[in-house]
Amino acid sequence: MSEGTARHVVTLVVNGVVREAAVPARRLLSDFLRHDLGLTGTHVGCEHGVCGACTVLLDGEPVRSCLTFAVTVDGHEVTTVEGLAEDGEPSPVQRGFTECHGLQCGFCTPGFLCTATAFLRDNPAPTDEEVLEAVAGNLCRCTGYQNILKAVHRAAEIQAETRGRPEPHGYGTLGGLADRGGRA
Amino acid sequence: MTTKLFGEPVQRREDARLVTGQGRYLDDLGPGALAAAFVRSPHAHARIRDIDVSAALDVEGLVAVYTWEDLPGALAEPLPLLIPHPALTHGRTAYPLAKDIVRHVGEPVVMVVAEDRYLAEDACALIEVEYEFLKPVVGVEEAAQGVHLVHEDVPGNVGAHMVQEVPSRDGRSAAEAIDAAPHLLEFRLDIERSACMPLEGKGVYARWDADDGSLRVYSSTQTSTSVRMAVAAKLGLPLPKVEVIAPDVGGGFGVKIVHPWPEEILVPWAARTLGREVKWTEDRREHFVSSAHERAQVQHVRVGFDDDGRVLGLDVTILHDHGAYTPYGIIVPIITSTQLLGPYKIGAYRVEFSSIYTNTVQVTPYRGAGRPQAVFCMERTLDRVAAYLGKDRTEVRAANFIRPDEFPYDQGLIFQDGRPLIYDSGNYPESLRMLKELIGWDSFPDMKARAAAEGRRIGIGVGCYVEGTGVGPYEGGHVQITSDGRVHVSTGLTSQGQGHETVFAQIAATELGVPIERVSVVTGDTRRFGYAVGTFASRAAVMSGNAIALACRKVREKALRIAADALEADPRDLEITDGIVHVAGTPSASIPLATVAVLSNPLRYAFDEEAKRATQFSGAASMDRPPVDEGEEPGLEGRDYYSPIRSTFASGMHAAIVETDPETAEIRILRYAVVHDCGKLINPMIVEGQIHGGVAQGVGGALYEKMVYDEHGQLLNASFMDFLMPYATEVPRIETAHLETPSPLNPLGIKGAGEAGVIPVSAVIASAVEDAEGITVDRMPISPSDLHTLRLRLAQ
Amino acid sequence: MKPPPFEYHAPVSVDEALAALAETGTHGKVLAGGQSLIPLLNMRLAAPSHLVDINRVGELDTIAAGPDGVRVGALARHAAVERSAEAAAALPLLRQALALVAHPVIRNRGTVVGSLVHADPSAEMPAVLALLGGSVRLARLGGEREVAAADFFTGPMESAAEPGELAVSAFFPAPPPRSGTAFHEVARRHGDYAVAGMAALVTLDEDLRIAAARVACVSVGPGPVVIDLSDACGRRPAASVAWDAVAAAVRDRIDPEGDIHATAVYRRHLTGVLAVRALKEAAGNAGTEAAHE
Ligand SMILES: Cc1cc2nc3c(=O)[nH]c(=O)nc-3n(C[C@H](O)[C@H](O)[C@H](O)COP(=O)(O)OP(=O)(O)OC[C@H]3O[C@@H](n4cnc5c(N)ncnc54)[C@H](O)[C@@H]3O)c2cc1C
Ligand code: FES
Ligand code: FES
Repeated sequence: MSEGTARHVVTLVVNGVVREAAVPARRLLSDFLRHDLGLTGTHVGCEHGVCGACTVLLDGEPVRSCLTFAVTVDGHEVTTVEGLAEDGEPSPVQRGFTECHGLQCGFCTPGFLCTATAFLRDNPAPTDEEVLEAVAGNLCRCTGYQNILKAVHRAAEIQAETRGRPEPHGYGTLGGLADRGGRA
Repeated sequence: MTTKLFGEPVQRREDARLVTGQGRYLDDLGPGALAAAFVRSPHAHARIRDIDVSAALDVEGLVAVYTWEDLPGALAEPLPLLIPHPALTHGRTAYPLAKDIVRHVGEPVVMVVAEDRYLAEDACALIEVEYEFLKPVVGVEEAAQGVHLVHEDVPGNVGAHMVQEVPSRDGRSAAEAIDAAPHLLEFRLDIERSACMPLEGKGVYARWDADDGSLRVYSSTQTSTSVRMAVAAKLGLPLPKVEVIAPDVGGGFGVKIVHPWPEEILVPWAARTLGREVKWTEDRREHFVSSAHERAQVQHVRVGFDDDGRVLGLDVTILHDHGAYTPYGIIVPIITSTQLLGPYKIGAYRVEFSSIYTNTVQVTPYRGAGRPQAVFCMERTLDRVAAYLGKDRTEVRAANFIRPDEFPYDQGLIFQDGRPLIYDSGNYPESLRMLKELIGWDSFPDMKARAAAEGRRIGIGVGCYVEGTGVGPYEGGHVQITSDGRVHVSTGLTSQGQGHETVFAQIAATELGVPIERVSVVTGDTRRFGYAVGTFASRAAVMSGNAIALACRKVREKALRIAADALEADPRDLEITDGIVHVAGTPSASIPLATVAVLSNPLRYAFDEEAKRATQFSGAASMDRPPVDEGEEPGLEGRDYYSPIRSTFASGMHAAIVETDPETAEIRILRYAVVHDCGKLINPMIVEGQIHGGVAQGVGGALYEKMVYDEHGQLLNASFMDFLMPYATEVPRIETAHLETPSPLNPLGIKGAGEAGVIPVSAVIASAVEDAEGITVDRMPISPSDLHTLRLRLAQ
Repeated sequence: MKPPPFEYHAPVSVDEALAALAETGTHGKVLAGGQSLIPLLNMRLAAPSHLVDINRVGELDTIAAGPDGVRVGALARHAAVERSAEAAAALPLLRQALALVAHPVIRNRGTVVGSLVHADPSAEMPAVLALLGGSVRLARLGGEREVAAADFFTGPMESAAEPGELAVSAFFPAPPPRSGTAFHEVARRHGDYAVAGMAALVTLDEDLRIAAARVACVSVGPGPVVIDLSDACGRRPAASVAWDAVAAAVRDRIDPEGDIHATAVYRRHLTGVLAVRALKEAAGNAGTEAAHE
């Protein structure tokens, strides 16, 4: 089977570091991160876009990595759960989840953390309704969500207390890389 | 005391790694391993005529293809029937790869191993299996007619049939008591299929070490010790040559207690055969069609009662849909039949169940394990009794409660552990009082009237349960204090997110008087602890928690003995605070546990400054006794086991207020209240979390989740798009209150908490919807479409 | 659940994309946001041998709002259109409907045009396009055509876009003055495809009576079902419309099917309820609109 097996060199800036691997076009971003780059913090719970465990930040915006081909986002910037900590310290969202018992088995957690991180960046003082809407696209089978909602509010508080610190990474595409196109 | 942590909402130590992506789940391991994938049956019932793998052989990166014919020795035999029972006269289990006949969609037929999962799936797609269709048997009632058979040699499709009967105190049978009762009701109830659906599927990863002739298997399991025994037996390996480790596990809820799954023995076998690491990570579609489901039952109820609503006789006949196989025996229907009685004393009780085969995915325990069905039955019955008598639903319950002074209370039945069903403790009237206060039961009629005035429909519902938790036979704990003062705790059972690392560390820190930071906990790793049963039936905290406490007490006693020698004090005068043994009231006379650990191990060789104190010329040893005294062992460590006489019985009561849309029939839960009694709380934060998660699953089961099979045995909703697990928007805020009636059965006074939240939810929601609508709800789950159908029926 | 292999094409301009589509013909498929296509690939329910990925075609990432309506380019994500203040001002219905499309994270990738071409009978955007009488612009190597909504949705998951064609944009026309819109739906879970849904457009006359009323129904036919209810509303002010008759008129005009989430009877009933709710709200919005004139 030669057709469709050509390899494409995909270069991403992942958590601030340039990472590269040659993969077939069909490699899902989730598998690329997990298996080609060894960043196994991003989890896969359904591979059809419903559970949200695989959510990562693409140029700062949360997306389903199981519904994205790695080649498509060649040249772009990705933040995974491994990159949420700020200067080696847990981020406000990571702290909020820990303090409020917002996780049990932890399998859904990376998706919630990435989603909540982008949400609180755009909306630092959300209402209950807004928090609910923000996390309503992620499934958790363990927690019943109550503590997750609490955790996001707590993260907003922590973020407010520590505000003024610079963003960990600048969001947005690295222009030069983005223009490379996805062809091997 | 700073180290008194039992009962505190200590933050979880698991979280630091899990929130940073440093957890290690099954698929995170073995980056270079080969990938396995399976060709699974697309038919519910068929005979395999031919398997043609030739087209697949051209796939680049293909390593191996196996069918049943390739399996050697014990691997070619049916999988074990884990829990035999005399009533299970026709137990049947599957082959690891189908032999001749497939009995449900999803049954594995061919195993493919390739360089990666993409290529393995390419190869699977090219393998052609020729089938001869057999008549699929779908639907428990149709199956019970026995016209077509799932297993040729199981007449009537009946795997098991069991009757248990408890006469009334005055010796009447249930039938007699019912006939003699002033009032009689008779009706039918239905509960549909659901499933555990952990967010992480199953998975197995195996490494064969050819030089050492040993095998290391990682499995996303709820019982690594038992998987180890199964793998050793199936592969013909000596037990010490097999180690099984449960890494971080992304939820289990029951499905991962079943073992060995076909893949759990096939993957290690392939690893050994190929001399390469092999991994299989179950994908979501596989999980739907080839793991396990639960819940589905049809119940026929006859109940006789008096004017106060006291149940004088109860007769329940259950048809239990067991799917295609019975690897886990008949635990689920046994639990349904025994836990049905809940917190009540029933005049006379008879329960009969038939466990029926169908051409669907097998049925094994899902959180609650038969109890949600039991509670649905009992609570629906009491609601009907109340409605019939025109009484308040809580009054009828109170009339039937076992009183606090009646414990231990013997229900006269045999429970799932083969032991008598004797409740150890509880306080049901107090629970109900707390619940009514929490939800505002008595003021609800006003609230309902106000809502009605605005054109809104609301209703309130209630449900009570008793849950046998912490079933035996045993668990063990091992505790070791090393010469650096660290405490290493291990236990054999596994964790799937319950926070065991934290809870067990709390117990150890409290028992030993050491800072929790110094305690580390390992679970589910047979290299550290080989004897265990597993994590199910809300048993982990009770079983391993108590075993660890007992092991700690042994270690503590030894530490005090050694320290007493060194301090020339009486051990009874010693205390341990912050990891330092000292004479009570004289803090200066002290010795760190680290040093005690050094002294506990008489040494010949010094490897550091501390160790010098234990060498032969240090002058520390008494010349009158051997360095290791009779009955002693070197080292500051201890191992102990906890094996209870019988289960301990947690209980709880839930209430909900729902609103139904008069036009769209949408059902919304406005409030949800829980009163919960699991004895002494080790960590209230974690217990609350368990309740939240359980209730959310219960809400799923009550309003959203069901497995829909068509008449061909095809599962119509095998995806998260159509199997509707609730999101945050579907789960109400849960208000909780705790009652603590300690268990007299174990040293810590605790009861299990893992499953409780899910158990009564369907009953509670049914009760509330019924109250809002004034119609009878006898089938769960209920969707807006279902409610609309009920309304039309009522209007006719 | 891994996608089958395919040849990958990564055009950076519409011309390159059209060339790739022309070359691959019936074997080629467009990849836009991937939020519908990739699940199908992962489940191996689709196996195109070529994918033409338009994510690098910057010229398609456009949202142009004007007084006559909103033209949305093929690379405009749901989220971008939802956030666009100009689009919302020109056509509030876009934002009303987009808020009901899946979850925010899906909307970050999924495209409005992709949603139209995908033509799921349960999807919101096809109903919006059909209600407003919009159109889709289809380009192929050497040609272009504008297909009206009425001709575009040809069946469940089927649109007029042919192999070799790229939908480059869609146009959502603004309704006449004194109009109001609304979108109502019932989904099993928040964010799911609708069990039944309703886009409504009401235009008032100068006396604030209903001059025209139209709905597009979701999940009750092979595609969006547009029903003109001007007569049923009877040129009256919203407050005196015989709404039960309107609901009955809607129920008469649809032929829903039952599935695992709802019976046909319930869908029919629900569609009537939602039509009335959406029309009332649309009429209210039209009143507000008229007051601003
Ligand atoms: C969990 C989940 C929930 C969802 N819920 C909803 C919902 O409630 N309502 C809803 O409407 N949608 C829902 N969707 C689908 C979502 O809206 C999709 O984004 C949308 O249907 C397709 O847009 P896309 O850009 O992702 O298209 P793709 O997935 O990239 O493509 C879809 C199809 O359209 C074709 N196509 C796409 N763009 C073009 C083009 N420019 N020219 C020619 N052909 C093209 C593709 O070839 C393919 O056949 C959901 C998706 C998920 C994963
Ligand atoms: S794995 Fe991507 S959404 Fe579930
Ligand atoms: S914590 Fe287990 S799925 Fe969310």
